[in-house]
Amino acid sequence: MTDSINQQWFSNIKGDVLSGIVVALALIPEAIAFSIIAGVDPMVGLYASFIIAVTISFIGGRPAMISAATGAMALVAAPLVREYGVDYLLAATILTGVFQLLFGVFKVAKLMKFIPRAVMIGFVNALAILIFMAQVPHFLGISNMTYVFVAITLVIVYLLPRFFRAIPAPLIAILVLTSIAIYSDFELRTVGDLGTITQSLPAFLIPNVPLTLETLMIILPYALALSVVGLLESLLTATIVDDMTDTGSEKNQEARGQGIANFITGFFGGMAGCAMIGQSVINVKSGGRTRLSTFVAGVFLMFLILVLGSLVVQIPMAVLVGIMIMVSIGTFDWSSFSYMKKAPRGDALVMLTTVAIVVFTHDLSKGVIAGVILSAVLFVAKISKIRVNKTIIAGTTRYAVEGQLFFASVEDFVNAIDTDVRNEKIILDFTAAHIWDDSGVGAVDRVVLKLKNADNHVVIEGLDGPSRRLVEKIAVFDSEHAKLPSH
Amino acid sequence: MYQSILLAVDGSNHSIRAAREAIKVAAFNKESKLTVVYVADHNNAKTEVLHSNSTEELDLARRKRLQPIEEALATNGVDYVVKILHGTPGPAIVEFANDGDFDMLIIGSRGLNALQEMVLGSVSHKVIKRVDCPVLVVK
Repeated sequence: MTDSINQQWFSNIKGDVLSGIVVALALIPEAIAFSIIAGVDPMVGLYASFIIAVTISFIGGRPAMISAATGAMALVAAPLVREYGVDYLLAATILTGVFQLLFGVFKVAKLMKFIPRAVMIGFVNALAILIFMAQVPHFLGISNMTYVFVAITLVIVYLLPRFFRAIPAPLIAILVLTSIAIYSDFELRTVGDLGTITQSLPAFLIPNVPLTLETLMIILPYALALSVVGLLESLLTATIVDDMTDTGSEKNQEARGQGIANFITGFFGGMAGCAMIGQSVINVKSGGRTRLSTFVAGVFLMFLILVLGSLVVQIPMAVLVGIMIMVSIGTFDWSSFSYMKKAPRGDALVMLTTVAIVVFTHDLSKGVIAGVILSAVLFVAKISKIRVNKTIIAGTTRYAVEGQLFFASVEDFVNAIDTDVRNEKIILDFTAAHIWDDSGVGAVDRVVLKLKNADNHVVIEGLDGPSRRLVEKIAVFDSEHAKLPSH
Repeated sequence: MYQSILLAVDGSNHSIRAAREAIKVAAFNKESKLTVVYVADHNNAKTEVLHSNSTEELDLARRKRLQPIEEALATNGVDYVVKILHGTPGPAIVEFANDGDFDMLIIGSRGLNALQEMVLGSVSHKVIKRVDCPVLVVK
């Protein structure tokens, strides 16, 4: 026990403290920008980032993964805030925590493997597009200086890291451009125009919502969407961190941890969050390996806000927009274009459908659900292709069946067999087939009875074990008195 | 003679050329042992995980990238082991090379010009500067 605590916390102290600080610096602009996307005060995202990071560092299942306020959750929450206000978001956050905890307890995290990669690719692409679209109102047609600041920010965040990496480039962009904005009187909107910063630690509070069934019905769909989206991104991120560090992680423990972290966050004025792909990658690349890195990231973030909070309101929105454009470019999966050429058509269609539905509905969870359903349907369509080869040798007709016989493929099977013949020897060969369900057995039964009624001699060959047991259990064609009812 | 040889590869044609030279070097000494090291780049982790359905599939994709090299080594009777590292290629190779006891490091070079090197960064260049053992760069 002590060994594993040492291993999970103190086996890489220098690397973890440094990477935690780097992540905290990179988190500040994102937490503020995601708050603005959700339509809440910057403090709601900053408190969430502090509390979620610190909580998850103790109880998460994937050491060195960074969880905080995220763009995905902010986008899901935005309509709720717009319509009902921030207190309903806090209540939804608490309920999200309960759902995610239950998902973890009942091991729903395991179901994640049923989400095809085409849906996951669509998910990150849609997320990138939505983050970008959320920036448009903050830079389009505000002032010429806004465009200049966005452009300078992009130049800094993309070129500076080639020469200097000790401090995250987005933070340098903020420091330099905020100073310029303060000492000049350009026409720029600042964070202060959209919200306030309080330089104090988060305090326990109960969201100010009526405890009624009506409230529950308002927050329930949002909480469900937040739970699904949060777990989706968290478990994807966990797999990425697993791969980067060549270690394993506890996915169900992570789901429970995300739940507890969100539950607590909601009571301290923070919005729902989840794991962050970009920040977790930064953390591991900067040397973070244990829970300590996540803990340091959360605590140092809070420290910076307590010390520098008054400066945060002076940050020009244009700089945050530039940073968010970088985030959306980094989130987008640019290999999707070659994927669409190489991948099977169905997969490409699922990916595009997921993106299209998210962009159309502005709801990430709807896109994911539609993507999963579409790929399930396409999968059934694909495996329901059944081939029946008819050969006549020495007066015996042989039907060689190839494929999966189940509810979706029985029609093709029945149609492929000529049942209008009389007094013939017929062999149904199932060597390359498998019968899955009652419909499959029913089809075989029907065909055999029909043929037998017309005085044909029918033999069934090559059923594999499970198919034969199913046929023996359900079929009636062997019983002497079985007659095909006429309809 | 070179007893313990490290061959750094990325599955590209340059690294296959490097593998051919490694086979020649290994042929000097019947006792020589070759370690093939491949770095799964941290910068590609997100894309690779996103595009694979399972860790098994991802592992297979990576091993397939090394297959031509392994085939060349095996058909020439070289005694070799494969090691897959996770990190940033340059520093990861340097650390692995300096931690191990290697007589020689063989690595391919893309042969970038000055501008490409500034934008893309040369892995072999970084490795040459910081590795302790002799390095053979194959272009």
